[in-house]
Amino acid sequence: MTDLNCDELVELVTDYLDGALDDETGHRVADHLAGCDGCTTYVDQVRQTIATLGSSPPDVELTDEARNALLAAFRRPPG
Amino acid sequence: MREPPELPPDGELVARLRSSDDAAFALVLDAWSGGMARVARSIVSTHASADEVVQDAWLAVVQGIGRFEGRSSLKTWVYRILVNAAKRRALREGRQVSWSPVAGEDDTPTVDPARFGGPGDRFPGHWLAFPAPWPSPEQDMLAGEVQAQVEAALAELPARQRVVITLRDVEGYGADEVSSILETSAANQRVLLHRARAFVRGKLDEYFAASTSDAGTEVSP
Repeated sequence: MTDLNCDELVELVTDYLDGALDDETGHRVADHLAGCDGCTTYVDQVRQTIATLGSSPPDVELTDEARNALLAAFRRPPG
Repeated sequence: MREPPELPPDGELVARLRSSDDAAFALVLDAWSGGMARVARSIVSTHASADEVVQDAWLAVVQGIGRFEGRSSLKTWVYRILVNAAKRRALREGRQVSWSPVAGEDDTPTVDPARFGGPGDRFPGHWLAFPAPWPSPEQDMLAGEVQAQVEAALAELPARQRVVITLRDVEGYGADEVSSILETSAANQRVLLHRARAFVRGKLDEYFAASTSDAGTEVSP
């Protein structure tokens, strides 16, 4: 089992966070993170990016006009 | 991740929709249209066409609810209809979109190789300088500006990456649900997600580096 380099680790982050790595590779990632402040910061920043994306303000809803038209279509479906 | 308003379980919802219960239809319209518009915008070119795609998708749902077989959740099925409507719309706008990674997307670095030591350096493959820490969310007084940076970064992504990161990280769907909505493999959606996240992280990193360098913080050696 060889040690991962940082440039390898950064390409495994998404699989790692998804739990999609095989056990051995997952352990290599965890071992590397335990000893590498740079990669720990990197992974934290990816997590922070995900959190920021997840807290985006809600999108605009349907306009009243569109909502009413859809409800009308629902009340009398074609056929 | 935003939690949708409380909805009845799928079985009840589908039964009510099939029996033309318009209160049930209003519930799903109000719960899902905002998220659907955001996903549509990741695929088509304008807000206006995204809104039309959402309406087209709902009309298709109204017409097709009798054919819903319950093999996925109702919401996943509705989103699949939405994504296909958006794809057709993009095609009419002259853009072919597909959810498969293109050449280079799964085998080229997502972080600038110049950040790591080369063969002649003391630690090949390791950070030459660690990534600079970001301000913690509590310290950051400009949350609105950070959101604007994220929005701008998303707008730069190709549709295939943007739709995946929107579904996964903005809407909060899991890998399996996104595979099911996009009808692509879990591995494919993860390749696209990986590039999209690395790109958005990179944009935030540039933004924080620029906004802290005024305070004299060292950015890179």
